[in-house]
Amino acid sequence: MNFTLYDYAMSGNCYKIRLFASILDVEYERIAVEFYPAAEHKSYKMLQLSRAGTLPILKSGDMILSETSAMLFWMAQKFDSFENWWPAKRGADLNALILQWMDFSSQLSKTVGRARLNALFQTPVDLDKAIEGARRALRQIESHLTEQSFDDKKFLVSDKPTIADIACFPYVALSPDVGANLGLEHDGYPAIQSWLYSIKSLDGFIPMPGIYPMHDLKADETDFAGNRPATGKVG
Amino acid sequence: MNAIEQAMQYWYPIGMLGDLQRSETRKTRLLGMDIELKTEQSGLISVFHQKKPWNTKSAYGHIWTSPSKMPKPLFDVPEAGDHERRFVPCGSVRVRCSPLRAVENFLDVAHFPFVHTDILGAEPHTEVEPYSVNIDETKDEVIATKVKFYQPQAAKSASDGIVTDYVYRVPSPMNALLYKTCPNRDDVQDVIAIFVQPLDEETCDVWPWMALYDDQSTMAEMIEFQQLIFLQDRSVLENQIPIKLPLDPKMEIPTRADLTSVAYRRWLKKHGAIYGAMVSSTDDAWVAAQ
Repeated sequence: MNFTLYDYAMSGNCYKIRLFASILDVEYERIAVEFYPAAEHKSYKMLQLSRAGTLPILKSGDMILSETSAMLFWMAQKFDSFENWWPAKRGADLNALILQWMDFSSQLSKTVGRARLNALFQTPVDLDKAIEGARRALRQIESHLTEQSFDDKKFLVSDKPTIADIACFPYVALSPDVGANLGLEHDGYPAIQSWLYSIKSLDGFIPMPGIYPMHDLKADETDFAGNRPATGKVG
Repeated sequence: MNAIEQAMQYWYPIGMLGDLQRSETRKTRLLGMDIELKTEQSGLISVFHQKKPWNTKSAYGHIWTSPSKMPKPLFDVPEAGDHERRFVPCGSVRVRCSPLRAVENFLDVAHFPFVHTDILGAEPHTEVEPYSVNIDETKDEVIATKVKFYQPQAAKSASDGIVTDYVYRVPSPMNALLYKTCPNRDDVQDVIAIFVQPLDEETCDVWPWMALYDDQSTMAEMIEFQQLIFLQDRSVLENQIPIKLPLDPKMEIPTRADLTSVAYRRWLKKHGAIYGAMVSSTDDAWVAAQ
C-alpha cells in the first residue's frame, strides 16, 4: 500500500486527500477515526502517532504528515509523473502562486471549517468572527477567480488545476453547510460556482457529504466514503 | 391543549450517556426553554429549567428529560435488551428544520438514490414498490411494513448490493425507528433510530442511535457511516420550505410513495402534535412561501 490515511469522512481537510488520491488513481489504506463524538484524534494512542492532534494523518513508512498542504505536495511529487499538479518546471512565479493559495486554504479551514463544525456539532468557536472571516475569504477567492477568467484561466493559478485548487476546494464548496442567510451560499458568487463545476468535472472526482457530484457525472463505483475501488494501478 | 402543552407530555433526548463528564453542567434547550444538564461527582444526573428540576431517565444510550410532572411513558425498544447487538450512539447533529421534518425525512425511502447515491440507493433503481402503513392501536404508533428497496451499500458491514426490507415505527411525534435487513444475517434485523431534541419549532438536535449485528466494523466506522448518511440528509432538510411541517394535505401534494408520511401527518394532527407544524393553508408563513 502506498500510504495509510487516518481519516474522517465528514472532514473537508481529510476529503482533500481522498479527492486527490482518487484523481491520481492511487490506492491507500484508510483508517476511520472517530473525530466526533469521541474526539478519538485527541486520544493518547492517536497523539502518539501525531502530536498535532488533528486529522487527517498520512503515514508512509516512517514518515508522518499532519498538514494537508504537505500531503498534497508529497502526493504530487510521488504519484504524478507528468508533473501536472505541482508543475515544478513551469517557473518560480507559478510555483510561488501555488504555495500562496495553499497557505490561503488554511484561512478557509479556520473560518468556514470551524463555523461548519460549530453548525454541525456545536464545537466551540467565536462564530461571528469565523463567519465574517469566511465571507471575506469567499469574496477574495471570488474576485481572484473573476480576474483569472479574464485570462481564460479556469483555475486558481493556471489554466489547469494544481494542488492549490484541491487545497481550497473543500471548504469553499462546503460553505453553505454553515447555514442559510449568512452570506455563505454560492448564489452571489458566479466565479466560484463555475470553478466548483470545473473541479467537479475532473476525472476521478468524488463527493463527500455536503459536496455533491454534478448530475451528468458518473457517480458509480464509489463506496460510502467516496473512495473508488482500487484498480491496481499506481502512478 | 395548545401545541407546546401537547409537546411537553413526552420524553426528549438531551445528551449521550457515554459523553457526560463528572462535575459538569451543560446548557442546552428544549421546546424553546433553556435547560441545564448537571452531572454530579457521584455520577447522578439531573436537569433544571429556571432552577426547577425536571424528570430525567437514561435509556437507549441517552439521557432523556420531560418538562411534564407526569410524562407519557417512554416508548419500548425491546432490541435494546439484546446483548448480542452492538449499541451505537452517534452524537448529535444540529439541523435548522422543524423536528417533525427530521422525522418525516427518516421515514422516506424515495430519496435514497438521489441523496444517498450509491449507498442507500442508486439509479435506475428508483421505484418505491407498494407497501403497507397502519396505526398500531394498542401502542398508538405509526407502522410501515413491507417496504423493499435496492441498496448498493445497506450498512457499513455490507459488501454487495442487496434488496433491503424495512419496517418503520413512529412511537412518539419526534422519535422514529427502523428495522432493516442485516447484511450479515438473514434471521435478524438491525435497528436504527433517530431521537430528536426540539430546540424550538425550527431547530433541532438529532441523536441517531443504532443496535446492530456487526462484529467486523470498528465503532468509528459504524458511527462514521451513520453520520455520513445523516449529513447528506441535513443539506436537504435545511433547504426545505416552509421550515415547519405542513399538515394540510392541500399544502404539499403526496404521491403513493409518501404513504408513511401521509399517515404520520394525519396521526400528528389527530393528537394535536403540532409543535413544529403548520396546520392550515391560510397560515401566514405558508402564504409567504408561495
